[in-house]
Amino acid sequence: MYFDSVEAMLAMEGHGVFVWSAYVVTAVVIALILLLPLRRQRRLLRELAADERRARAVAANARGSS
Amino acid sequence: MSAPSTTRFCLRLLRRQLVLAVRRPAEMGNPLLFFAMVVALFPLGLGPAPEALAGFAPGVLWIVALLASLLTSDNVFRGDFDDGSLEQLLLAPQPLYLGVLAYIGAHWLVSGLLLSLVSPLFALMLNLPAAAIPALVCSLLLGSAVLSLVGCIGASLTVGLRRGGMLISLLVLPLYVPVLIFGSAAVQAAVDGLPVAPYLAILGAMVSLGIALAPLAVAAGLRISIDA
Amino acid sequence: MWSFLHKLGSPPWLYAISGSILRWLLPLTLLALAAGVVWGLLFTPPDFRQGNSYRIIYIHVPAAVVALAGYYVMATAGAISLIWRMKMADVAMKAAAPVGAALTFAALFTGAVWGKPTWGTYWVWDARITSMLLLLFLYLGVVVLYEAYENKEAAGKACAVLSLVGTVNIPIIYKSVDWWYSLHQPASIKFTGDSTIDPSMLYPLLLMICAFYALFTCCLLLNMRAELLQREARTGWVRKLARGGE
Repeated sequence: MYFDSVEAMLAMEGHGVFVWSAYVVTAVVIALILLLPLRRQRRLLRELAADERRARAVAANARGSS
Repeated sequence: MSAPSTTRFCLRLLRRQLVLAVRRPAEMGNPLLFFAMVVALFPLGLGPAPEALAGFAPGVLWIVALLASLLTSDNVFRGDFDDGSLEQLLLAPQPLYLGVLAYIGAHWLVSGLLLSLVSPLFALMLNLPAAAIPALVCSLLLGSAVLSLVGCIGASLTVGLRRGGMLISLLVLPLYVPVLIFGSAAVQAAVDGLPVAPYLAILGAMVSLGIALAPLAVAAGLRISIDA
Repeated sequence: MWSFLHKLGSPPWLYAISGSILRWLLPLTLLALAAGVVWGLLFTPPDFRQGNSYRIIYIHVPAAVVALAGYYVMATAGAISLIWRMKMADVAMKAAAPVGAALTFAALFTGAVWGKPTWGTYWVWDARITSMLLLLFLYLGVVVLYEAYENKEAAGKACAVLSLVGTVNIPIIYKSVDWWYSLHQPASIKFTGDSTIDPSMLYPLLLMICAFYALFTCCLLLNMRAELLQREARTGWVRKLARGGE
């Protein structure tokens, strides 16, 4: 470990703001490009499942009434 | 009646495009008017000091010429797309590559060539040294051909879209960068008294590469737009 | 070989195989990223000239390298979908564009933040920065063009043509910007010319580059899976998947 304390690690001899902001923004970008497709996939599956249930309910109704 | 030979076919297409342009002189004059007006904006924005204007003139003239060419390239295929004659071109037995080249050539004659020929006038308004004017005209003549070639790629990809105007600039402007760099550098070199020929040679190389490849992309783009 | 290619063109197979790849690749990628960040931030010595600000290199360089490689991935996929009409290549091309644009943005942002302590300014019209900015525009052009088309099949083809045009242009743009910069290079900014890098700094950098490649692959697969579900929503295998409630 190069730094002696947490404060020294955060400050990085005056460069901390730059280093940490670069890392934080990159982390946000990475999180976004990973989570957005996952969220889209989950939403699609949920919608499809709902469609499927509705279709089955309609089919069951039709069978029940005839 | 037998089908015309390929050369005659292309010349007819070219003539048709030019006749269409000449019949609408206002539309042909628009890019020139645009060029004049934007050039007039720069002294108003930057201040009228002749030295400062002369320093910016190579870049300013090139950027304005580039924008004028971009604005007109949106309309190259639009009319023919709307009335269906573009579909006829795609169905024609002659190679689409050459037909497309005729369209691009007509666009260059109407926008690039005219702009290059009137550019000395605006160069004088911006106080560009007279020694640099031949370099400006030559670099614009060659460079605007590349601009037409690349601009038509963008036009072919966006012709089927209703809001193509803004989109085409987003697609095409990054591709214009090399032309802008070498075109304005040629004029700057002439201002500084350096040889201009190397820059013109590079622009010529870009024209050759563009003539070889751009019509292929335009043809593919037109096929996609017609199918969509 | 042919049977593999045949399978590659089948959406359910691709969906299943990408799922099983992601199951181990995604944790591995996150682990490698975390390890590389901790290593680079905490366990490497500072640069003798730039001090601690050089630690940005561990995300800046990998992001830039992968962003550029991503454009070629996108263009290759576009070419495959144009020439062999492979639908999966079209899906891959569409999936690569936003990831590449995001990584290009990350590279530009970290570069700007790195520039402030090193050169005293956030933005320099340096050859590499300028070409990265143009790369971002090229990526965004593809994204915007895809969105503009109503007909998504035509959108894929148009984007493939555009990305191929961009591929021909990238070397030209890069060379001309490089030359332009050497012409205008301001004297006040000194770049670190030494290309030698100490092994203690090189190894974490290599790890991060590998991790970013893996990250790109993960994002590509994730995007492709979501796109596959949307395109194939009417088919039997997707319905079965939805019923399974996975």
